[in-house]
Amino acid sequence: MWEVCQQHAQAASPELQETLLNKVVCLPDHLSNKLRGENLPIFLPQNYFPLLGTEIIQVLQRISDSLRGGLDCSISFVSQVLGKVCVHGRQKEILSTLVPCLTDLTKSDCIWQRMCWRLVECVPDRWMEAVVCGFVQAVPGADVLSRLLGNLVVKNKKAQFVVTQKLLLLQYSCPTAMLQNVLGYLALDNSRRFLLIKVLQELMETWASSSAVKHSPVEQQLYISKAILICLSHLKDVEIDSHRQELFTCVMEGMKCHLDSNLPRIRCLGMIVAESISSRINTDGPILKFQYEEDDETRELKSLLTQMPSPPSVISPPDEGKDSPSAVTEAESKPDRKPVAAAYAVSEEGSDSELDSDDDFIPYDMSADKELKKTKAPLYIRDCIEVLTGPEDVEKWEATMRVLETLIQRNTAATQEVSVELAKVLLHLEEKIYIDDFMELRQKALVAVTVTDPVPVAQYLTSQFYSLNYSLRQRMDILDVLALAAQELSRPKAPGKSKLSSVQTPYIQILPGSDSSKDWRRIVDERIRSKTRRFAKGQSQVELVCAPNKFSSVAGHFFFPLIQNFDRPLVTFDLLGDDHFVLGRLAHTLAILLYFAVNTVAAAAMGKALLEFVWALRFHTDSYVRQGLLSCVSSMLLSVPSDRLLEDVIEELVETQAWLADVAEKDPDGDCRRLALQNLLLMENLKTKLEAAPS
Amino acid sequence: MIATMALPPPDPEFVLRGTAAPVHTLHFSCRSQEPEFPILFSGSANGLVQIWNLKTHRVDKTLDGHGGKSVYWVETIRGRDELLSQGRDQKICLWDLAEGRSMVTDSVSMDSVGFCRCSLLKMAQDRWLIAMPADDPDEVQVLELPSKTSVCTLKPEAGAKLGMPMCLKLWQPGFGACPFLMAGYEDGSVILWNLSMGKMLSRLACHQEPVMSLDFDSEKAKGVSGSSEKVLSVWSLDEQQNLKVHKTHELINSGISDVTIRQDRKILATAGWDYRIRIFGWKKMKPLAVLDFHTATVHCVSFSDHSRPSERLLAAGSKDHRISIWSLYNQT
Repeated sequence: MWEVCQQHAQAASPELQETLLNKVVCLPDHLSNKLRGENLPIFLPQNYFPLLGTEIIQVLQRISDSLRGGLDCSISFVSQVLGKVCVHGRQKEILSTLVPCLTDLTKSDCIWQRMCWRLVECVPDRWMEAVVCGFVQAVPGADVLSRLLGNLVVKNKKAQFVVTQKLLLLQYSCPTAMLQNVLGYLALDNSRRFLLIKVLQELMETWASSSAVKHSPVEQQLYISKAILICLSHLKDVEIDSHRQELFTCVMEGMKCHLDSNLPRIRCLGMIVAESISSRINTDGPILKFQYEEDDETRELKSLLTQMPSPPSVISPPDEGKDSPSAVTEAESKPDRKPVAAAYAVSEEGSDSELDSDDDFIPYDMSADKELKKTKAPLYIRDCIEVLTGPEDVEKWEATMRVLETLIQRNTAATQEVSVELAKVLLHLEEKIYIDDFMELRQKALVAVTVTDPVPVAQYLTSQFYSLNYSLRQRMDILDVLALAAQELSRPKAPGKSKLSSVQTPYIQILPGSDSSKDWRRIVDERIRSKTRRFAKGQSQVELVCAPNKFSSVAGHFFFPLIQNFDRPLVTFDLLGDDHFVLGRLAHTLAILLYFAVNTVAAAAMGKALLEFVWALRFHTDSYVRQGLLSCVSSMLLSVPSDRLLEDVIEELVETQAWLADVAEKDPDGDCRRLALQNLLLMENLKTKLEAAPS
Repeated sequence: MIATMALPPPDPEFVLRGTAAPVHTLHFSCRSQEPEFPILFSGSANGLVQIWNLKTHRVDKTLDGHGGKSVYWVETIRGRDELLSQGRDQKICLWDLAEGRSMVTDSVSMDSVGFCRCSLLKMAQDRWLIAMPADDPDEVQVLELPSKTSVCTLKPEAGAKLGMPMCLKLWQPGFGACPFLMAGYEDGSVILWNLSMGKMLSRLACHQEPVMSLDFDSEKAKGVSGSSEKVLSVWSLDEQQNLKVHKTHELINSGISDVTIRQDRKILATAGWDYRIRIFGWKKMKPLAVLDFHTATVHCVSFSDHSRPSERLLAAGSKDHRISIWSLYNQT
């Protein structure tokens, strides 16, 4: 059979070729169809295609021999075999044998190189994509890819499309190494560099397009960012110079829409890419510098930029050569270092034995060793207000901030007299001097005030949320404070006793009965937790000791004023327009409030209002807002009693279910899809419970 | 529960009150045998040197020789019969205290107006070296006592920009060997000077702020310095006479006005601007105690020279006019 194949590598009638091709490629399928269970192991695809690969090498060997002998040979049949195999989805199997061999053979032999190029070029257009993708995946590095494919991208339109568009812009599943192969391949030869620049332009256009940022998944944006950074690492300064203006406009636009995003990951991506580009285009001027938190992703992205493209002349052997001497020197230097260290250790020990060590002295308690405070913290709430509003006294101010929360908690009555005033002062408080955890201290104090005197303070805060002249930061603070206070209120706590003290007193014996009930509550709680996703910090640790839910009586004061006015834009604050980040936060906060209002009388009314809110906003373009809405639905399903749900809002629920199904299927954001699925599951549970109940 | 917890820090053994001014320097003299009693010299901001009887806890004698200007260094020579005191009136007085006398027998005037304390080193019987800030603001002068002849002037190279010397410590590797000087400067560096050649041997920039105080342990070739920052720096001297940082120790509050290693080289004490005295194990800088007694900056700490280790005391003088006496870690 291989004989035939080899003969026909030279010349044969097209029909015969076609049949042969079919036979060769589909052999495993035909055989397995015929033989069923008795198929020989060699004809299983995972064995057959590597074999086919080695056979192709042999055929190519003969062709190269005959070429050397001066005979002209056509390689197109082999190409066709290769193409057909690849398009049948067997790239991995066949190329796993083919690529290493070809890599070896083409290393020094230019006839083999030419044959290899020819082999790929002759693949018919309709199979080209599969072949190129296969090669890109199979090769170990860009230089090998360049050797095997030659200038294919320049000669073949289809291949060019695959490499410059399909692999980079139309999908995002490839690993980073593959991206590096592709872009490295484009960069390696001068005749292909114009493509690299073109690719960069297209990538930048995508990166800078606000609709792409809004509607494409984070993973794809990460992929594009990676590609841009790799491109940058390959480009020379001269090339960047000639496109400076274009890049600059793209960076400006892209940065704007990235920083506009509500998802921190996208903002971060934008910052890194913009930083990197600006450092390349402004070699002498000031460059962009952002503050963001370093994590694995940012480090990976940055490493893509710093790695320099290896010059085409350098191939792997000299690299290894370079490596090995350094390894040797390291090995040599190691024994040198050791005795020194050992000697050092010995001398240390010597001095040890000669003198008594510090360990003989038992240290005294040093817990009182705190930072020195020059001024005494105020002792009364009214004093605190005076300090915070009065003239600047840096130290007094700081001491007040630090003591405020405990003061409020301790003097409930005194706080209630001035609660709204204090909340006002705290809400408008600015960080006049730097304190490490100012935001946290202020928030804690505000929460404490709200907890101590819930109704008036909540009324004040919610009214301020929709009033003029607040910054977004302050509005978000209001939301955070309300959510945290709701949590605090709903958390059962023995009056006047902090949790710590109750833990420390071992005298209280817990009765076995209450113990088991606690377990039961815990299991339920865990079940709920496993099915919901929460966004505010810390509130997943709801401790359930039996006590009245203090939040129940005031939940309405927290909830309804917030949900009332969201669709009335103010001059400075437009929730439905630009301020969609706050809208997202609002949605999350409402969800949290309802969640904490579980088992309260108001829950049903709250749920209904929330469902209307969700319905009005369900097609919001921002994924963060949608996430918030989905968690609203979850908390409604969890908090509102199911019979009330059925009585009051059954139609809305059915509509919501349809929407959820749609989101679960089509939403570009992964988190949204997951949340929608969870909601559907909750609904399903509800349904089964209802079906079970009547019967 | 109680057993695992560290003991609360001790209270002072006793407190000496009555200086009527911030205390700037302290010096024990407890070596002499019975029937003589241990005494403590204190120098305070009102220019008085007071001699405290540590048996009765009363002032035995008050020396007034600095015209009301603050005294910031006192040291005995020849037992307790003679005393050197350095004051802000730019004078170093030599007092004769033998047989109940109290008169200034000699004095050296300085042109320096800084706060740098002098340092004294006994070279031989009746021969001492004293290092003190010189006329030129960045120089240190070393004199021989009692002849008052200048041994050398230590002048940093032009352009070194060290600023004024802030603290000095004369030492010699062994008795009779060539003496060295450790000096801490305004720019935060510590410099090792060779006195016989008058040459800078090593310079270590171990602080960002002026070095307020340093002490050096010639046996272990290791020293410690404190500045107005939040760190104590421990440095060591290698065979090639190079100073290098051994380790730094972070403090809770900034500002160290004095640091002293106990004579037995086991612990060291620091006087802090945060009103606290801190005790460390000298070997590993293990924090041992934080003594919180004073209500104002502690200016100086000093260990007593009792011949019996178990009697050794620690004294601290503070801006709050009090001198606290502590008995710590002496049961070894």
